[in-house]
Amino acid sequence: MRFGIAVFPGTWSDRDCAHAVGLDGHQAVMLWHKDRELHGVDCVILPGGFSYGDYLRCGAVARFAPLMESVADFARRGGLVWGICNGFQILCEAHLLPGALLRNASLQFRCAPAWLRVDTTESPFTASCRVGDVLQIPVSHGEGRYVADQATLDQLEREERVLFRYTRPDGGPVGAASPNGSLRDIAGIVNHDGNVLGMMPHPERACEPLLGSADGMRLFRSVARSMEREGTAAGVG
Amino acid sequence: MRFSSEVVVTLRPSINDPQGLVVHDGLRQLGFTGVRSARVGKYIELEVEAADEASAQAVVTQMCEKLLRNPVIEDYRITVRPLGGAPSSGSPT
Repeated sequence: MRFGIAVFPGTWSDRDCAHAVGLDGHQAVMLWHKDRELHGVDCVILPGGFSYGDYLRCGAVARFAPLMESVADFARRGGLVWGICNGFQILCEAHLLPGALLRNASLQFRCAPAWLRVDTTESPFTASCRVGDVLQIPVSHGEGRYVADQATLDQLEREERVLFRYTRPDGGPVGAASPNGSLRDIAGIVNHDGNVLGMMPHPERACEPLLGSADGMRLFRSVARSMEREGTAAGVG
Repeated sequence: MRFSSEVVVTLRPSINDPQGLVVHDGLRQLGFTGVRSARVGKYIELEVEAADEASAQAVVTQMCEKLLRNPVIEDYRITVRPLGGAPSSGSPT
């Protein structure tokens, strides 16, 4: 399958995402921020980095890039869109996901291993996982504290749209060890239709044992498997 | 006419502000024991060309709604004043 990988000025994880995609023999198609063409990809990844310098607010400028119009349209038609770190921030700014990402509670940039508990597998992004699995996937951000109002948080939980939560390595509550102080320890959420995922941790940086963990590949494989199973059922491509 | 506009963007009261807490603690450590709270926001200065003050106010409001603040987490305040000497009517500055 073909993964489109967005490249904004300041994106830094695009090549890492392409590497992870290539490990399973999938094709990575780089999508330049000034273009509108998605080249018939099956899934669009908005990778990590500091798009447009992250000035004003992280993702606030990137959301107006020409490419993002096509990505928003692709998402509305049911296409899979996967925002990682800065990509999650962009999706929130674009209102494709609810809530916002603010300065870490520690006020420090955190680049460290993190552990995520999979809360639902009723998603193309976690179809190859089991509920309760703990994935070791690193974080690397200064502004990853997820916030939303109580009603939104309740709705996310009720609709099983929280895919990942920060936990301890044994799956227990992360407590004060949270990398950013996110409300309800939220690390990743999907939109109402389930086809748009935003997550702060970097699965592409946990794609080989040499990197300390290959758990991130389980998400790439979930997407590939879901796409193979459903073909282009959503009628996008 | 040219106008100077000042936009202040603040975190909504319900949003936790760790930066403000650090500022608060710092001030107290310096002996400013009367400080009850501190919140950190953003300040943006704009120069705007517009027909009159009302339209300058309107266009800056649009800028805030579209880009300068995130409605999920932030509020904003705007002030607008004419820039650069007397208006064409010749009234004294």
